[in-house]
Amino acid sequence: MLEIKDVSLSLGDDGNHVEILKNINFTFENKNLYVITGPNGGGKSSLAKVIMGIYKPEKGQILLDNQDITDFDITERANLGIGYSFQQPPRFKGIKVRELLRLASGGFDDETDMCRLLHNVGLCSRDYIDREVDNSLSGGELKRIEIATIMARGLKVAVFDEPEAGIDLWSFQKLSETFKDLHENYDTTIIIISHQERILRLADQIILLADGKIKEVTDGEKIMADIAANTRDCMCGQDCRKGVNRNVECIG
Amino acid sequence: MLNALDKELLEKVAGLHDMPIGAYNIRKDGEGINRNTTSNIDIITKKDKPGIDVLIKPGTKNESVHIPVIISSTGLTDMVYNTFEVGAGSDVLIVAGCGIHNPGDNKSQHDGIHEFFVRKGARMKYVEKHYAQGEGSGKKIMNPKTIIDVEEGGIVELEMVQIRGVDHTDRIAEIRLQKNARLIVTERLLTDLNQDADSRVTVEMEGEDSTAQIISRSVAQNNSKQKFYFNLIGKNKCRGHIQCDSIIMHNAHVSSTPEVSALHQDAQLIHEAAIGRIASDQLIKLMSLGLSEAEAEETILKGFLK
Repeated sequence: MLEIKDVSLSLGDDGNHVEILKNINFTFENKNLYVITGPNGGGKSSLAKVIMGIYKPEKGQILLDNQDITDFDITERANLGIGYSFQQPPRFKGIKVRELLRLASGGFDDETDMCRLLHNVGLCSRDYIDREVDNSLSGGELKRIEIATIMARGLKVAVFDEPEAGIDLWSFQKLSETFKDLHENYDTTIIIISHQERILRLADQIILLADGKIKEVTDGEKIMADIAANTRDCMCGQDCRKGVNRNVECIG
Repeated sequence: MLNALDKELLEKVAGLHDMPIGAYNIRKDGEGINRNTTSNIDIITKKDKPGIDVLIKPGTKNESVHIPVIISSTGLTDMVYNTFEVGAGSDVLIVAGCGIHNPGDNKSQHDGIHEFFVRKGARMKYVEKHYAQGEGSGKKIMNPKTIIDVEEGGIVELEMVQIRGVDHTDRIAEIRLQKNARLIVTERLLTDLNQDADSRVTVEMEGEDSTAQIISRSVAQNNSKQKFYFNLIGKNKCRGHIQCDSIIMHNAHVSSTPEVSALHQDAQLIHEAAIGRIASDQLIKLMSLGLSEAEAEETILKGFLK
């Protein structure tokens, strides 16, 4: 169980201080799959980075299984079982996919396991295991390897930041099955930042985050039904036809 | 003849745990101490100056020559001239390298001039590793000069590695490529403390359809200084590519001077150079897999210099 208690975050220097998260309160239960969605710039990735310890909140507390981890650094949180899949993963010159998966799994380098992990993100192990994680990989390939490194870890809390970004439609089907399998067969708390219908449909709960606040927590079916019925306000933050003269500030 | 320390140095610079198989010549503190020749590879001591001639018969396949140099005394300056005749159509591995253990406070220096004639259609991989250690304040200096002539259709793979311990190095490589000759250079360099390194690689592509690829990666730590000069000269229809990447840390200085010179309209030459610190998202990624910051840094550098 991961509890976010009254967390606020501002970024930027003194002259240009931007409030990114405003008093976020939420409890992520074990074994549940949550999807965080909402407009760009709403604070989704920042919340994920606060969970991983990449950003330090200026206010509030984070508890993992009742242990206060607010002051824990990235490594300490990783060793407690929190993982974060980057939206834009870094590349490493000279480090092979095999080595990255070995580090992710805590030092195990069982060929069969690695093969399974790569297969689950739609990559053929034979073609990729000895490739370097450098510029020779396409964005989509890199992203899938990134997701495999998270799947390798046996986590308590796994956060995926827009796993669909850069991944082709054909591979994405395989990936959503992998999330489903992780959800059904493991106790991992899964948090996915996504805008993808296929992912939204997997969610036990959908968290709508806009303007640094949780605007709504609902189940996937409801959001889908609202969208289908065209009854949902637009939150694009601009003056568009659907959300005439509205912006995200006005919603909720 | 070889003590435990010598063996450690040999392991570092030549990957040798014991006497190598095939031809070898081991030089210690300015003198040849062990030598082996094969029916295809002869090693002859030069008469006019210190050094050896290594003669590889045409058509020699899958044989190796190890010619490591170790220096384990302080205040010694060793200078060698080695000449390699790599016979037509042969395919060989040559492992050189120098290990210095300087126990005292005086300078220990090794200067080596290696000249290679890679004959028609021959294939040579040349590995040169430099490593130094020592308890005293004496400087450990290595200045290698490598000159390679590659005849028609020859293939040369050159691996130059200097990892830790060398206080000062002036490295020069001059390579000439004839028709259809191919060159691949990989350079790996790490400097630390107050060390400085100066590396110059010049490749003249004289023959039609010759190709050259140079991949240089370096890490500069603490107060060390590195200077790189690369010059690819295309004198015929040819292709050349230099990729030069450095990671800079602490108060180090790195300067990289690219030069590509085309003297023929069908010369295609590319130079890429980048210097930067370790990207923070690389560190964060590895830390989020459970590595400490220091472990993450080490993993990134190890991969980069592999």
